[in-house]
Amino acid sequence: MNNGKTEIYLRTTWIEKFRLLLPRLIVYVFLVLTALPLVVAYAWLLLSSFSAEQAFGLIPKNFTLENWRFLWSQVQIGTKVFQSIWPITLNTILLAGSITVLELIISLLAGFALSRINFAGKDLIMKMTILLHAFPGVALLIALYYVLNAVGLLDRLIGVVLVKVALELPMATWMIKGFFDEIPWDVEWAAYVDGCTRLQAWYKVILPQLKPGIAAVAIFAFLSGWSEFIYAYTFLFSAENYTLSVYLKNLIGDFKYLDYGLLTASALFYMLPTIVFFLLSQKSLMKVSFGGVKG
Amino acid sequence: MHRFVTLLPFLGPFLVLIILFFFVPVLLTAILSFTGMDYTLRWNFIGVENYLRLFHDAVILQVALNTLKYVFFTLIFNVGFGFVLAVMTTYFVKNENISLIFRTIWLLPRMTPAVVYALLWIWFLDPTEYGMLNALMSFLAGAPPQNWLLEHPMTVVVLSNGMIGASLGMVVFSAAIKSIPDDYYRAAMVDGASDWAIIRYIIVPFLKWPIMFMTIWQTLSLLTSYEYILLITDGGPLYESEVWSLLAYHKAFANFEFGYGAAISMVLVIIGTAITLLMLRLFGYQDMINKGRINI
Repeated sequence: MNNGKTEIYLRTTWIEKFRLLLPRLIVYVFLVLTALPLVVAYAWLLLSSFSAEQAFGLIPKNFTLENWRFLWSQVQIGTKVFQSIWPITLNTILLAGSITVLELIISLLAGFALSRINFAGKDLIMKMTILLHAFPGVALLIALYYVLNAVGLLDRLIGVVLVKVALELPMATWMIKGFFDEIPWDVEWAAYVDGCTRLQAWYKVILPQLKPGIAAVAIFAFLSGWSEFIYAYTFLFSAENYTLSVYLKNLIGDFKYLDYGLLTASALFYMLPTIVFFLLSQKSLMKVSFGGVKG
Repeated sequence: MHRFVTLLPFLGPFLVLIILFFFVPVLLTAILSFTGMDYTLRWNFIGVENYLRLFHDAVILQVALNTLKYVFFTLIFNVGFGFVLAVMTTYFVKNENISLIFRTIWLLPRMTPAVVYALLWIWFLDPTEYGMLNALMSFLAGAPPQNWLLEHPMTVVVLSNGMIGASLGMVVFSAAIKSIPDDYYRAAMVDGASDWAIIRYIIVPFLKWPIMFMTIWQTLSLLTSYEYILLITDGGPLYESEVWSLLAYHKAFANFEFGYGAAISMVLVIIGTAITLLMLRLFGYQDMINKGRINI
């Protein structure tokens, strides 16, 4: 009966809707187009490591595990023989692990003092750390080289660990100080009433309340230690001290344009902790947003 | 004395590390810049000769120009594109999970170890027909393979660094956009404001300080970071993508001219100090302290 009218009404709302949706449509197209190269690049990393041949440099042709041979045998191309990856992996774990532990302990201690204890020179220390944080660690590389040489830590993993921890300490300490600031004083007072010393209160009462914050700092410290390149590359020269980043850099130098399969497989192996972190954090982030709790 | 004993275990290790690997290197860089130290690591003071040499160095003009180009264009990418991504994923895309996916994709380069990230670029720009870009160009336009790293080194340097920096801007700006009270949007909607008006008159004014902070912060980071350039172009071909900080590195660790390298670094140390003091001035000491908590 009234069909014509309804149709017109529907059409205007459809146009109206389209007008409203258009900016969003453009946004989606833009987001997808700009993210595409990234997705393609990482997809290539994965696919190439399992394929013997590739069409258009991307599409995998024959499935193979040959690219992962560095895990169980020696890599050799021409006369060049590459060392086994396992000692290097161990070095990297040692490096990243020590950085994480040292950075955590020292920043937890210092952050506590800066947050809870009043002493002369506190303001000065805080201002200095801020100023230092802005100092480019890489601009100090030459001087760091000299210092490491002077204290006999050049070409040793522990030297890289100490440098890296020192350079990351200002930032980590600031973050940790922020965590301490938010813990109520009552808890700490209770500990002192019960006869704890400062150190005992720090360890027994306050640290347990900081677990999530500590975990976050630890994960980032580990990942940053794991991917550390420039200090390892500059301060370590003996092959037995190499970390995965230096090893991979050499591999790229020698195998570039020759064996992308091997390169991508090694790169993926090196990226494992990062990938695990991504999968885990993605899951917990998703859980938060699905549960309706706004982050 | 009692106070000192309480403090020592807390601040001792912190101060030792900071002094040994931060304070001392700052002073050493300054002192070294007045020496002609080479691989023998012997001190021979030569006054301001390094600085004079710097002025007359044949490549210094090109390096300075490269640095300007690198910092300026990467900044546009970092701050501008970071802002665009933040507005798109927080204001336009209402579905939290979808924006999370895009943000995660953009965070990938940042979390990827530098060496692997460089490998992705090297493959993408591979000069043979197997490189992604060459394959794409030949597919779309039938163009012959090109050596992109030789033809457009600065573009590669800017893009590769920009993709990393954009994610930082995105994260910080997204958090800031989310903290704008809903009332503002509602009021704007009642007035029938367009998306553009909302961005122009609500989001941009609210983000003035984060944008300014990010700009200055990134200027400092860019001036001193050369990791990706070292890995992808290594400053080449010749000096075409060499920037100031990388020149210091090359002088010191490729030519073993530690004194000269230190003088080049010293310029960066001075600029870094100036920028930091400016930041303290603009944002205030208190805000700088709370920085971490406001933004993320």
